Amino acid sequence: MAGEKVNRISLTEKDYQGAPTTMCRGCGHDAISASVIRAFFESSVDPRKVIKLSGIGCSSKTPAYFISQSFGFNAVHGRMSAVATGANLANHTLISIGVSGDGDTAAIGLGNFCHMMRRNVNITYIVENNGVYGLTKGQFSATADKGSVMKGGKVNDMPAIDLAELAIVMGATYVARSFSGDRKQLAPLIQGALAHKGSAILDVISPCVTFNNHEGSTKSLKYVKEHLDPIHDVDFIPPYENIEVDYEEGTDQDVELHDGSRIILHKLGRDYDPSNKMQAVAAIHAAVAEGRFLTGLIYYDPTRPEFIEDLNLCETPLAELGQDMLQPRAELLDQINAEFMK
Amino acid sequence: MESPAINDLNICIATENGTGSASANNILFKAIFKMGIPCSSKNMFPSNIQGLPTWYQVRACADGYMGRKDVIDVMVMFNDATAAKDIYRVRDGGLIIYDDSTPLSPNLKRDGVQYLGVPANKLIQKIVPASPLRTKQRNMIYVGALAYLFGINMETIKEVLEDTFGKKPAVIESNLICIEAGYNYMKDKGFTQTMARLVAIPNGNKGKIITDGNTTCALGAIFGGVAIVSWYPITPSSSLAEAMEYYFPRLRKTKEGKATYAIVQAEDEISAASMVLGAGWAGARAMTSTSGPGLSLMNESIGLAYFAEMPGVFFIIQRGGPSTGLPTRTQQADIQLMYYASHGDTRHIILIPHDMKSSFDFSRRSFDLAERFQTPVFVMMDLDLGMNLWSSDPLVLVKEPFDRGKLVTAEQLEQWEKQGKKFRRYFDADGDGIPYRTIPGNMHRHAAYFTRGSGHDSDAHYSEDEKDYKETLDRLRRKFETARKYVPEPIIETADGAKTGVICFGSSYEPVREARDRLRLSGVKTDHLLLRALPLTEEVREFVAAHDRVYLVEQNRDGQMAAIFKEEWPELGAKIGSVLIYDGLPVTAGEIVRQIKAHEANLRERVGEWRERKLIASV
Repeated sequence: MAGEKVNRISLTEKDYQGAPTTMCRGCGHDAISASVIRAFFESSVDPRKVIKLSGIGCSSKTPAYFISQSFGFNAVHGRMSAVATGANLANHTLISIGVSGDGDTAAIGLGNFCHMMRRNVNITYIVENNGVYGLTKGQFSATADKGSVMKGGKVNDMPAIDLAELAIVMGATYVARSFSGDRKQLAPLIQGALAHKGSAILDVISPCVTFNNHEGSTKSLKYVKEHLDPIHDVDFIPPYENIEVDYEEGTDQDVELHDGSRIILHKLGRDYDPSNKMQAVAAIHAAVAEGRFLTGLIYYDPTRPEFIEDLNLCETPLAELGQDMLQPRAELLDQINAEFMK
Repeated sequence: MESPAINDLNICIATENGTGSASANNILFKAIFKMGIPCSSKNMFPSNIQGLPTWYQVRACADGYMGRKDVIDVMVMFNDATAAKDIYRVRDGGLIIYDDSTPLSPNLKRDGVQYLGVPANKLIQKIVPASPLRTKQRNMIYVGALAYLFGINMETIKEVLEDTFGKKPAVIESNLICIEAGYNYMKDKGFTQTMARLVAIPNGNKGKIITDGNTTCALGAIFGGVAIVSWYPITPSSSLAEAMEYYFPRLRKTKEGKATYAIVQAEDEISAASMVLGAGWAGARAMTSTSGPGLSLMNESIGLAYFAEMPGVFFIIQRGGPSTGLPTRTQQADIQLMYYASHGDTRHIILIPHDMKSSFDFSRRSFDLAERFQTPVFVMMDLDLGMNLWSSDPLVLVKEPFDRGKLVTAEQLEQWEKQGKKFRRYFDADGDGIPYRTIPGNMHRHAAYFTRGSGHDSDAHYSEDEKDYKETLDRLRRKFETARKYVPEPIIETADGAKTGVICFGSSYEPVREARDRLRLSGVKTDHLLLRALPLTEEVREFVAAHDRVYLVEQNRDGQMAAIFKEEWPELGAKIGSVLIYDGLPVTAGEIVRQIKAHEANLRERVGEWRERKLIASV
């Protein structure tokens, strides 16, 4: 279309769209899908090289609503992290984006989620976190804050699992928190996650307008907006753009990613170093204690090898190896037979 | 005096586990094998690391039967905890070898058997300095004693030690001293027995291998091109994955030393199965191995693979269930759990090896079937096949191209589009129920589709439409019907004019072979069908139909396989009698014969009753 902006592979942002959404009107998840679309468009990712994975739940439906030219896999409840691990091993040249919810990730699939991060599987993993089970009509999830009130008045008396903190502790190497409504922050964070090699976890607060948007809920749109606490503003600079940014010594921090792209963090009135693990955990604790949602790039470790490096995999994706590479020679079986004769 | 049986001997060795008896038993077994005598071994071990009873049976059998023998000729009574029962496990006229370092307690004496004492503890105290090794090497004493009594010469023992501990001369030496001590003690005392002699058969086992089914499955998968293995430790399947860890680096590295495989020890069986799905979906040959409890956990993922149509191979090494059951004993009690795995209407392809060669070959072929049918394929093993040592002809690699099934490349899609044909992921274009498949990384602009375990139409769109749903279920059933033509056909052996058929599968094959020979000698002729896969095939139906009655031998309480037969062919159900063996021990020919004879006697009685009733009625 004339006049429409195209990216480096000549696609428009529309080319990254998916099927029409079936979320409730005003759902935070749709806003996240829009940020995903923006991020993939801006980073000029070839949709044919992308795989979209999810589990079960409202959030897990959303991969159908972005980038329809990509392969998608809507798996079993809680098992996306394991399915993504298998797919990554089969073809590590594909760009994996996983979308999950707080039920999927923090409850039924918690173990698998932890072990995916422990392995540092290369993935951009977005948790659309609303503190509630939407698809089963409004039960508390494991990320609901203690004291938060359900629509019918029931009070949650269990402490919340903080997914960003968990991710840092379990070995994820790119951990961010954001808000569904903040595309300006979220889209560059997704771009950074895509460029990162390893488990990139984005805990995105995404209010449920139907079951968790009332007075007394700590995940309502109003409450979240009032308690957002961004650490920094975020800019993403792709590797090919050698542009000068408004970089201010002392207040801006430059984070270089694996593919040569950079994230510029513009500090907002505090000293914060995302490469400091202990500081990251402490900052989360402090924010939680004060009821603030700390957002931004909370933790980043570019040094840890991703899973396929640990496994010493060959360069060609395992899925693309032919019989000549996959089947040992018959003489080798003869040797083994000879050993069995002893 | 009876003349000794030649090469027909069943020795049972009772020890405590964790005392090193495994290596002693292994040396004994391999020595008999090296003499060229047909032999087999069965390890009946506890679910424990140290201190619980374990029994090992070595059977030499001139006739070549490899099944467990229920009649024990010699009991090596080296475990005080089980001795009181062990003395009654040996047959009348049998032999008990015991450690007479201390006098035999009166309650361990029985009539009708010969006792031979060897002071293993005392001997070992002289030879081995006080160390943890002492307990372990004590077991070598009975190896020496048995060797002397039954005619295994020390040269053969030395060769086995060299094969086993090749690069450790000190270990060979220290074990040899202990074995010699047992040997010489018997010799010096002038002890003899007259029940059996082992006599070397020159070249008797020439060209034969000794291995276990878990190892052959592992090798079959590696030669079958598996690229991704994800597993969680569970007895009796762990040694399969561990064999892969052992052989992969040697067999599947590129010139640059990079791996053409990934093996992952998962955090649980759910994850293991899910990784297999992800890998299979993305185009790699993937597998897991587990046993009953793990399979229970995998059920949900298996349903997804079935419904969304993804390949994956599941090796199930069956053990005693339900629940934890008997984790170190053998069963075939997960047949239905495999066949109908997961909720909803599901049915799965199962390959059933019965020996070392077929477990290698079926393992290799399972990956072709999984890709051809885009579905989970099970390789059904059991502990007896998987973990016991079996002698076998060498493994053979059948050279044939991998069958990737209806996998469509970008180039093919391009061709299709020129011909006006469209890629439709779940559309049954060929009428065989098998749709065409693309994999991620296919760069054609119309290659991508959305995989989901929820309702979908022929174009892989989300659908709750009743027609789409039913069509999918019907097509999956059609696909299953197609599979009947692809799975390994049964092997049928016939005897002239036999009216009785016997059907078995898996590790029951060897004891059934022996049982049929015994039945024949007692006047009952039988035909035999070795079942090698599910779904059932037409040959199986014909076999059942052609016989007056058919005995289906299986290792479970409820006749799980018989139920599948009866569901398939209700009209033939009355012909099927079940021979059920489910004590957790490897099947014996004796038990099969006993049950078949009991069935036959019942039948005669019923025929008699019927005749009587008819007579009364006519009066």
